[in-house]
Amino acid sequence: MLSKTVSTKIMGSMRGFPSHRINYSTSSVNVVGRELIKSRALEKDELRPLYMDFQATTPMDPRVLDAMLPYQVNYYGNPHSRTHAYGWESESAMEKARKQVADLIAADPREIVFTSGATESNNMSIKLLEETIRPETSLVSVMTVNNEIGVMQPVEEIGRICRSRNVFFHTDAAQAVGKVPINVSDWKVDLMSISGHKIYGPKGVGALYVRRRPRVRMEPLQNGGGQERGLRSGTVPTPLAVGLGAACEIAQQELEYDHRWVSLLAKRLVQKIMSEVPDVVMNGDPEQRYPGCINLSFAYVEGESLLMALKDVALSSGSACTSASLEPSYVLRAIGTDEDLAHSSIRFGIGRFSTEAEVDFTAEKCIQQVKRLREMSPLWEMVQEGIDLKSIKWSQH
Amino acid sequence: MSNNTTSSFGRGRCYFKVVDHYENPRNVGSLDKTSKNVGTGLVGAPACGDVMKLQIEVDDQGKIVDARFKTFGCGSAIASSSLVTEWVKGKSIAEAMTIKNTDIAKELCLPPVKLHCSMLAEDAIKAALQDYRVKQQDIEIEAVKASN
Repeated sequence: MLSKTVSTKIMGSMRGFPSHRINYSTSSVNVVGRELIKSRALEKDELRPLYMDFQATTPMDPRVLDAMLPYQVNYYGNPHSRTHAYGWESESAMEKARKQVADLIAADPREIVFTSGATESNNMSIKLLEETIRPETSLVSVMTVNNEIGVMQPVEEIGRICRSRNVFFHTDAAQAVGKVPINVSDWKVDLMSISGHKIYGPKGVGALYVRRRPRVRMEPLQNGGGQERGLRSGTVPTPLAVGLGAACEIAQQELEYDHRWVSLLAKRLVQKIMSEVPDVVMNGDPEQRYPGCINLSFAYVEGESLLMALKDVALSSGSACTSASLEPSYVLRAIGTDEDLAHSSIRFGIGRFSTEAEVDFTAEKCIQQVKRLREMSPLWEMVQEGIDLKSIKWSQH
Repeated sequence: MSNNTTSSFGRGRCYFKVVDHYENPRNVGSLDKTSKNVGTGLVGAPACGDVMKLQIEVDDQGKIVDARFKTFGCGSAIASSSLVTEWVKGKSIAEAMTIKNTDIAKELCLPPVKLHCSMLAEDAIKAALQDYRVKQQDIEIEAVKASN
């Protein structure tokens, strides 16, 4: 939006300013992030906002924490130590966790490699496959469930096509694992990235599923002591691995219930908002989706201003990992959303611990603030007067 | 020159200034754009995420007696346009023309990524003043024609 020439011009005129007050360095004001919603300490007696951002991260399930704690202070051995009980008990816990992760996606435990997270798994899959790839093969990499709009890709079909053409198929399942049923054999997936903190597990751990039959050969990203069958050197952090395993086992047990609960809440939220507020668009396919990720565009209201208005609810617009840029969401652009609607979108994230009261509060606040912002919007005014916005020649900036 | 102003600067008054303008915006609304005393400026584009409509009402002595705004944009954009409507009230047209985006940005302590909001607010007031001037010229031309 702000072209380079314009920005240098502005900085030039700002630097010439005589007042000593204008010495704002970037350290005093948070310029990372698109909006003046800055990091700040909560005011005295200010309540923390409701959490509706489950795609960004999830709180640990207390049961996961229970599983991890003994491995932090009691069973603290290195799982690769072969010569004493500390090592043996840690290794046993690590292998149990590995099986828990494998069971969730119908894989063999020997096909699971622990990593520091889905990002590392993605990097491993893509960069290292390049080393061993034959000239005629290639790699298809697809997100199972999109983190911005919740849409689910037809993975089974993609897998079938890839297998028939002898092409490797990698999928980043960070938002899908434990939320929708996954079977890596049915899906014919060769590589799958898993993230701990997206499924009520600890942060800092993830896994990579690497198919054994037909074998996927890989070169390691990280060299060292040869742990994880040489694919990923470095001591496996037992407490984190145990946490990931526990999170996966809990997710498997509660998958159906969670899915029904989240669907119920999502429907409640969307119905409440859409019944009270006109001109709201849900982005993404209404059927092929994970219900807990809802992306809505509120026409004639700008997304950042709505986020600021909903300060009692923790929400986001666009994905957390790309929030430093000024561009509207690439995902919305890719699905053909109008540019002005792309600037008007908010993502609601519902999870295992969301309650009906939270959803009702969020919906009411949202309805209230959208109405208020629309009263302040020249676009809404013009639409009410019957003007077609697409016919206006806007002054570009 | 004290350096400690920078550390208290960002977190203190300035953040609350923008929030204040945003939560309690002054002069939201519309004036009758067909009235001969009203100038209307509409700047920006929905595709850019920023549209400001600014209106001024000028009395027969050339003084701005009322101003209203409506904005589609982020908190900084809303604050910038709200601030401008506060500033122009009571000013003459010539004085209002001297409002600069740098003044707005300074008052609200806008970070570099939000400076374009203050620029758009300056454009908006200039557009409103221009619209008023054009209207007055048209009225004069009509008056001259009528007397001939």
